[in-house]
Amino acid sequence: MTDSATMVGGRPSGGGRRLSWSWLGALPFFVYVGLFLLLPTLVVVFGAFVDPSGRPTTANLSALGQDFVVTSFKNSIVLSAESGLIGALLGAVVAYAIATGRPEGGLRRTFVAASGMLAQSGGVTLAFAFIATIGGEGFITVLLRGQGIDVSPTLLFGLSGLTIVYAYFQIPLMVLVFLPALDGIRPQWREATETLGGTSWHYWRHVAVPILTPPFLGALLLLFANAFSAYATAAALISQGSIIAPLQIRVALTSETIAGQENVGKAIALGMIVVVGVVMALYTLLERRSARWLKK
Amino acid sequence: MSQTTPYPAASAGSIAVLSGDVTARSPRGLRASRNRRLQLFRVVVLLLASAFFLVPFLAMVEFSTRGTGVDAARTLDAWRRIATYPNLISAIITSLELSVLTSVASLALMVPTMIWVRLRLPRINRLVEFVCLLPLTIPAIVLVVGLVPVYAWVNYLSPGPLKGSSLVLTFAYIVLVLPYVYRALDAGLRAIDVQTLAEAARSLGAGWPTVMFRVVGPNMSAAILNAAVLCVALVMGEFTVASLLNYVNLQYELNNLGQADASVSVAVAVGFQLFVVALLVGLSFIGRRRGSKEA
Repeated sequence: MTDSATMVGGRPSGGGRRLSWSWLGALPFFVYVGLFLLLPTLVVVFGAFVDPSGRPTTANLSALGQDFVVTSFKNSIVLSAESGLIGALLGAVVAYAIATGRPEGGLRRTFVAASGMLAQSGGVTLAFAFIATIGGEGFITVLLRGQGIDVSPTLLFGLSGLTIVYAYFQIPLMVLVFLPALDGIRPQWREATETLGGTSWHYWRHVAVPILTPPFLGALLLLFANAFSAYATAAALISQGSIIAPLQIRVALTSETIAGQENVGKAIALGMIVVVGVVMALYTLLERRSARWLKK
Repeated sequence: MSQTTPYPAASAGSIAVLSGDVTARSPRGLRASRNRRLQLFRVVVLLLASAFFLVPFLAMVEFSTRGTGVDAARTLDAWRRIATYPNLISAIITSLELSVLTSVASLALMVPTMIWVRLRLPRINRLVEFVCLLPLTIPAIVLVVGLVPVYAWVNYLSPGPLKGSSLVLTFAYIVLVLPYVYRALDAGLRAIDVQTLAEAARSLGAGWPTVMFRVVGPNMSAAILNAAVLCVALVMGEFTVASLLNYVNLQYELNNLGQADASVSVAVAVGFQLFVVALLVGLSFIGRRRGSKEA
């Protein structure tokens, strides 16, 4: 493979000059991502440690210790964990219902395609959809009011409301992530369990669940990171206030009036990078572990 | 749950043995009853899931067609009022322009880069993949914080007519769509033998531009189309970067309008959602036709 690749030019490569020409081909890409992906990331990381005039300081980081910042991070973690857990459990059940159908069936194709779309559905439209459903004058709210049940008008603007809304894109994401793991389970493993005299319970307890646990936990971490990073839906739902960390960044960005606090937003952003980074590192570890059994 | 949700190993044929009461307790009979319970479980789960995902959308349709006052008849009034918001119309046009610019620019950047890396720099394949997937790990809200000073420069350097224009969002959007474009193109490149195609073309005297645009490119047209459609869907729905950098696009305007005229904004949201569905359905049809032609 490598051989044919280096031979494509008609001559074997390897000379310093040719090598530098090859690198030139990838240059536009690296310049671009350098400017618009790596530079902004570095701005956040270094900006968190300097004051507005560029002198190094730890004041921004100590601003992270302020009560309202700590609370917003705590809320973000609770929201991500809850919506992640709900999404992972329900998503796994849906994925199982899909995986047990015909592999080439239209039903499966439809559900997978819909999941792909819904997993990306977070944003203003999703916020509107839930306002139209369980908001003050929403469809379900009105329907339940007719039955004498009141839906709290502020439900959508609190953590529990956000959890419900987030489930709308977490469940489909779980379906997409977990389906390959379920497909990796071989019918032969169940047959082997039965041949050895095992029941359904034995099969699940000793075969399926242990094999599916690492991919499940991995997916759970991915969902956590997904909810933790989400901004648009919450921003559209909650126009004032900042109960979660991403909304705290909005406050820092839109009201840069307090002298000396300009870089606090960067410190909060850095805090988010750290949380997501740790979660994604754990995810990579788990991925490697689950790949052992579920390799295709 | 684990006991009531058995594995689908039972084949449809095993239902035939169900009738006899002796065979009912045999492993094959057990499998048949397990199979029936499984089918029931599947129907219930998939119906509930469909309801959960359809109800908010239908609620939007219901909301946008409400008349004013109690027991008022259904009306398309809100839908008609869309045209009376010129800012909204121009925001829709801006977002459409942004999606075209982003698709074209990100493909112009990524198609040659990815083919080149496959052919000439296979060693950095993993590095390119890692960089391209980074925006999935770095939250957009974090990226925005770092983009503020970058965009101050973009604004400073952009020529007169473009100053303050929302179209400069393209730079940030190319980064946001990078993971999706990479994956789509990667799938396309995996499906063809790039090396052999390039060798054949080169040995017939083709230059590198010919290899890229007339040999390898057309062979991965489905993947390129796929990437472009994903770009359009993502850019049309983008809110975070636009709103925090203060550039008007569809979602920004939609969110503002939500406070002023809820029914109209919900109507537009329905329209937007239908647009995305139509895009993806259209794409899947094109993909299938292509697939069957090749098969």
